[in-house]
Amino acid sequence: MRFVDEYRDADKAQVLATQIAARCEPGRQYKFMEVCGGHTHTIYKHGIEDYLPENISLVHGPGCPVCVIPMGRVDDAIAIANEPGVIMTAFGDMMRVPGGTGSFLDAKAAGADIRMVYSPLDALKIARTNPDRRVVFMAIGFETTSPSTAMTVLRAAAEGIDNFSVFCNHVTILPAIKAILDSPDLRLDGFLGPGHVSTVIGCRPYEFIARDYGKPLVCAGFEPLDLLQSVFMLLEQLAEGRCEVENQYTRVVPWDGNLRALEAIGQVMQLRPYFEWRGLGFISHSALRMRDEYAAYDAEQLFDVPGVRVADPKACQCGEVLKGVLKPWECKVFGTACTPETPIGTCMVSSEGACAAYYNFGRFTRQRLTEATRV
Amino acid sequence: MTTERTAGWVERAVAEAAATTEHDSGRLSPEEQVLRRIERARRRAPRIRESRITLAHGAGGKATHSLVEGLFVEAFRNPTLEALDDAAVLSVGTGRLAFTTDSYVVSPLFFPGGDIGDLAVNGTVNDLAVSGARPLWLSAGFILEEGFPVADLRRITASMAAAAARAGVQVVTGDTKVVQRGKADGCYLNTAGVGVLERPVSLGTGHIRQGDAIVVSGPIGDHGITIMLARGELDIAADLASDTAALSGLVDALLDAAPGVRLLRDATRGGVATILNEVAQAAQVAVVVDESAVPVRPAVTGACELLGIDPLYVACEGRLVAVVDGTQAEAAVAALRGHPLGDGAAVVGRVAADPPGMVLLRTAFGGTRVVDMLVGDPLPRIC
Repeated sequence: MRFVDEYRDADKAQVLATQIAARCEPGRQYKFMEVCGGHTHTIYKHGIEDYLPENISLVHGPGCPVCVIPMGRVDDAIAIANEPGVIMTAFGDMMRVPGGTGSFLDAKAAGADIRMVYSPLDALKIARTNPDRRVVFMAIGFETTSPSTAMTVLRAAAEGIDNFSVFCNHVTILPAIKAILDSPDLRLDGFLGPGHVSTVIGCRPYEFIARDYGKPLVCAGFEPLDLLQSVFMLLEQLAEGRCEVENQYTRVVPWDGNLRALEAIGQVMQLRPYFEWRGLGFISHSALRMRDEYAAYDAEQLFDVPGVRVADPKACQCGEVLKGVLKPWECKVFGTACTPETPIGTCMVSSEGACAAYYNFGRFTRQRLTEATRV
Repeated sequence: MTTERTAGWVERAVAEAAATTEHDSGRLSPEEQVLRRIERARRRAPRIRESRITLAHGAGGKATHSLVEGLFVEAFRNPTLEALDDAAVLSVGTGRLAFTTDSYVVSPLFFPGGDIGDLAVNGTVNDLAVSGARPLWLSAGFILEEGFPVADLRRITASMAAAAARAGVQVVTGDTKVVQRGKADGCYLNTAGVGVLERPVSLGTGHIRQGDAIVVSGPIGDHGITIMLARGELDIAADLASDTAALSGLVDALLDAAPGVRLLRDATRGGVATILNEVAQAAQVAVVVDESAVPVRPAVTGACELLGIDPLYVACEGRLVAVVDGTQAEAAVAALRGHPLGDGAAVVGRVAADPPGMVLLRTAFGGTRVVDMLVGDPLPRIC
């Protein structure tokens, strides 16, 4: 497949692996965090860790949109879905995210009209063809998805569609990275920056990470060779004593971001004073809500939302996993009470979640895998 | 946020898991201990946890298994059923019969390459064929929604008749029910099939050995992606058609050329990955798949990339997966390629000893990973 196969070439990977190994300081342990869940998925799907030497470990960060949704927000969304005449729409990943009493899938089986969509525009289409129903879009995600939600609201307003609204759970990546950097139990050597988010916000907003926290960041693409090259760029910075924000994903990410997308977000949404993140707790100015001018499209204002907070289960260590303090398998309930079939923590739900990725793709020790697959 | 509460179901799940988890040996590395714990959790008897049926119970993955084994097998327990093969093999007098049934709820009813009619004939014929039987007779049950166009029913029936003629089977009995408008979606079909085992072959996971080859008969995922695109919910266009076909002739060609065939399966719901997991778990072997050897059409690869789906989990309706004695792998592939339905056949992997019960993938990129059973349902109502 053109524009994909070029970035999955095993021979080029071997060359990069050799360069990476040569750039490692003997005896030094490196810990890099890939912020974005898409990277976590790529790492496991393609087996990228096989190309990295033992002394480089990748820590899976908080950038998985469904993983950071707290249980109480799922319950709120289900309460909206149970209102008469409502069609709730959500991305497929959202369907299995557990709330305090169950998931969308359970609510759907119990009678709620919850439909899977691939884009908020699909939800708007459902609103257009069901004028006697109230269609709500469960909006989740970082700056990657918030522009499409904003554009959909703008289009609904332009077309005068008044039976469409958004239950806004959009979050912003920078406060989460900052929360991780401020966490005392963490030791990281650098970041693989979230490529898709950066197509919107650009690279400039990360500069404080290098300047104030002394950690290099390389904005990375999502194909396996992108990730290997980004790891190499981080190692080069460390070896040369540099600490900068660099852009590996130049074919997609403009340094200054996408101004039109940022404008659309700003027009429709504004920062919340604080928002709860699953496992990370309340983080100030870390999420978006609809502006009052667009209250007519704000499900939180249109419906009676219970807003009951559900405490993170004590047994679940999603927070430590999201912060990179624990490897997924070090969590007490990993693989026993918490599995992809019956996820307790959100990290086990989405294929981008660190725990699900590890459970599905990485469960065996490298050595045993390599021996088994040797030809 | 006014009040706060806890999620009771979580505490129950944790307590239950702890009660069934043995203490780990202190000699093992922490990671190895975790892996053992997971293996034990995986081996726990399947049980239905949900209080209602969800779409996942019909997806052919883990939830389907827990429903079938935790409820149906429990209720109907007998040795023939417990084999959970594509068809039941029954001794009658001195001969052996294969008997199977399948229901079809595909949406849309008509799609590129076929419709619910030929799907219902081919699917049941294939369940018989991969059991080593010569398919002979089918039943046809129609559940129709009030208001369903007779012209559509005529078209479906005609393609059933044509498919039956191609497969050399007769529809010898049937049933019709009509339900009120809104209580079904147009037309559902059920077919049951009977075939006769004429060859002295014995197929089953019990025959699988280390060194056996895994063969697929052609490009995978065509049917699932075709249905997905035919629904028109995604603005993706591709020149793709369902692979629905009766495989009995192909199976004959294969068994003639390679008597060392251990097991045959048709890769429907859950795709090739689900079959390989069933094989690995039933035979307690490792299955090692070479991603770059798996035949997938570029249009299917492209759609899967866009949708975030792995082609290994996407349904086929005219592809078989064969586990073959490693020394006969070439003969098997040559025989398949000599048949019009098998011209894309390839060896995609092999059977190894360790780690038992697991499917491993050597990725095209050169890494390795585990390919687990499917959880959840990326594509409901594909057959």
